[in-house]
Amino acid sequence: MTTLTDPPKEQFRLSMLLYDTRYRSATIQVIALIGFMLLAAWIVSNTINNLAALGKPVEFGFFGEPASYDINQRLLEYSSRDTHLRAAFVGLLNTLVVAVLGCITATILGVVIGVLRLSHNWIIARLMTVYVEMFRNVPVLLWIVFIMAVLIESLPAPRAFRGENPEASMMLADSVAVTNRGVYVPEVLFSNSLGDIHLFGASSLRFDVSLDLVAFLIVLGGAIWTSRWIKRRADGIQEQTGDRPVTWWQRLAVFVVPIGLLMYALGFHLGYPELKGFNFKGGTHMRNSLIALWLALSLYTAAFIAEIVRAGIMAISKGQSEAAAALGLRQNKIMNLVILPQALRVIIPPLISNYLNLTKNSSLAIAVGYMDITGTLGGITMNQTGRELECVLLLMLVYLSISLTISAVMNWYNESVKLKER
Amino acid sequence: MKKSVILGAATIAGLAAGAAAAGTVDDVKARGKLNCGVTTGLVGFAAPDANGEWQGFDVAVCRAVAAAVLGDANAVEFVPTTGKTRFTALASGEVDMLARNTTWTFSRDVDLKFEFTGVNYYDGQGFMVPKSLGVSSAKELDGATVCIQTGTTTELNLADFFRSNNISYEPVPIETNAEAQQQYLAGACDVYTTDASGLAATRATFENPGDHVLLPEIISKEPLGPLVRHGDHEWGDVVRWTLNALVSAEELGITSANIDEMAAGTDNPEVNRLLGSEGTLGEMLGLDAEWAKRAVKAGGNYGEVFAKNIGEETPIGLARGLNAQWTEGGLLYSPPFR
Repeated sequence: MTTLTDPPKEQFRLSMLLYDTRYRSATIQVIALIGFMLLAAWIVSNTINNLAALGKPVEFGFFGEPASYDINQRLLEYSSRDTHLRAAFVGLLNTLVVAVLGCITATILGVVIGVLRLSHNWIIARLMTVYVEMFRNVPVLLWIVFIMAVLIESLPAPRAFRGENPEASMMLADSVAVTNRGVYVPEVLFSNSLGDIHLFGASSLRFDVSLDLVAFLIVLGGAIWTSRWIKRRADGIQEQTGDRPVTWWQRLAVFVVPIGLLMYALGFHLGYPELKGFNFKGGTHMRNSLIALWLALSLYTAAFIAEIVRAGIMAISKGQSEAAAALGLRQNKIMNLVILPQALRVIIPPLISNYLNLTKNSSLAIAVGYMDITGTLGGITMNQTGRELECVLLLMLVYLSISLTISAVMNWYNESVKLKER
Repeated sequence: MKKSVILGAATIAGLAAGAAAAGTVDDVKARGKLNCGVTTGLVGFAAPDANGEWQGFDVAVCRAVAAAVLGDANAVEFVPTTGKTRFTALASGEVDMLARNTTWTFSRDVDLKFEFTGVNYYDGQGFMVPKSLGVSSAKELDGATVCIQTGTTTELNLADFFRSNNISYEPVPIETNAEAQQQYLAGACDVYTTDASGLAATRATFENPGDHVLLPEIISKEPLGPLVRHGDHEWGDVVRWTLNALVSAEELGITSANIDEMAAGTDNPEVNRLLGSEGTLGEMLGLDAEWAKRAVKAGGNYGEVFAKNIGEETPIGLARGLNAQWTEGGLLYSPPFR
């Protein structure tokens, strides 16, 4: 007969933190963490003390002061009497504009080039290789400056459009003016405009939302929903009867008719640019600094995206396309229905990091005088107020927030396309 | 972004170091070289010549200080700075002094913690336009595109000028004078605005200077002068009195040609005190007796420096105007050497 005895209860002793392998690694990590935090605290307090000793304590009150400088490209109403905070806000929107435009263009270009680089046509494939290597291997700052220089030096100045026999003339039935100060395109105007909603009163973050735009988005959303509903219905009929009703004209009509009616109701017309005084007036002015930055960032990032797309496609085994071909699918259907959906799983994660890179690279804007947030908050405001630390910290926070937002959105998209494991 | 972060970090590091470091005079002597912040290139004020030697009106101030402190007018390391980077470079200790067309303003002196050591050029902001535009006054510039150096007082004056005259403009911010020149000449901007002296200097480098005019309006006061970090008063005194020595030398008739003769002793006690044959002014400053003699000898007195670099005989062709001695109706007025 055996007796069962409980194993002796081990008492926890302090020395076990060091000698017991179960606890040792945690001990080391905690000590390292404390050391790191002490170091960080020392750096922070040292900085604050030294700034205070210099008579420059860390404070953010200067944000409420008038900025006193003008910004050329502003999506919001802004004058030199507005505060530094508002100038930073205007700059932030400029950063977002170029980042969004850049990401879209880079993606389209990148996908096209990546696919073409795998083309069986020798010349096209080699041309794309040249493109990728050329843009990938030269710093993006040089591309920005180079494109800006080309725009400034090669395009005509507005004064070349003047006179009886002008050296330059407007394009597309006198609606678009391409000058070395930027491109002027017709702007959308409404004669029965619904007006604006003013948000945030008179604070520095105030902005106006155009009700015309809201109405347009609502109608567009409704049209998309209806179009999907027609598609689902057609799918249902096809399931039941085997015949797919012809729906393309219905789906087109739900877009064209309501939007057309809305435009008519709002009194849609175009405002054309006109040469008045020193510059073109009217129309939408896309400054050459925006164009140079946008183009350079898109072309540069597209080279990286092209490689990612190529890698993604090559990751799909050849058997897939052969099987699809055996089913009788055509080349473009194989690409769109079989290869790309699977390749997306490989493509999306590195694509996220390229979007982040593009956004961060947009801070090179000052090289061409594009007033993004680095140019306003981290440039003129910092220079005029002398608050380097505050401005740089805030700038880092802003870029961090933008990057984390992009990451979050793209990760959410990645969840939706990645391989579903059940 | 990247640049700003580095500069910001450098500032913090520099501030931390600056608090503990000894006086700048000793630093400069120990180093054997003066680090002087200048523009990235503005002919007449600070630009490298064909041999790569920095030449110009602001450069002469650096050389005079180096001659006074180190005894060698060539012991200067010139650090080109832009309107945006200059203050960070000075605050972080990367340069010992700035001699870079910098306007003396209240907030730079008081809030940015710098010490202006005097004025070496009384300037004002002007406008340059191509003659072919047919503009005769800045008030006719409604709707014009204006090239402007970012991070300068001119940027603020410009906003105020157009605002108070109720006319509009399109600012094109640029970083350096060279970029502004490129954009202006290509017609990407109608107008270039900066200090009138800078406009004259820039115009002098154009292929056809006669095709461009300076408009009559001077829209601001721009007293330009060298500056040092706030708090190091010994160093501030050295720079201040070196500049004053150049001004006084002109007033007292001391030139680089007659200085050796006058240093031997004259009937004028102030000349003797300045040039060290009498009194102990140099000692009080922490330098030797001949500091001012060397400073003047480096490039001549204020008038000689002016005439050689930006005066009427040079392509830049600036008249003395406000920058004449007080005895001749100008504003130059050095406190006495006593």
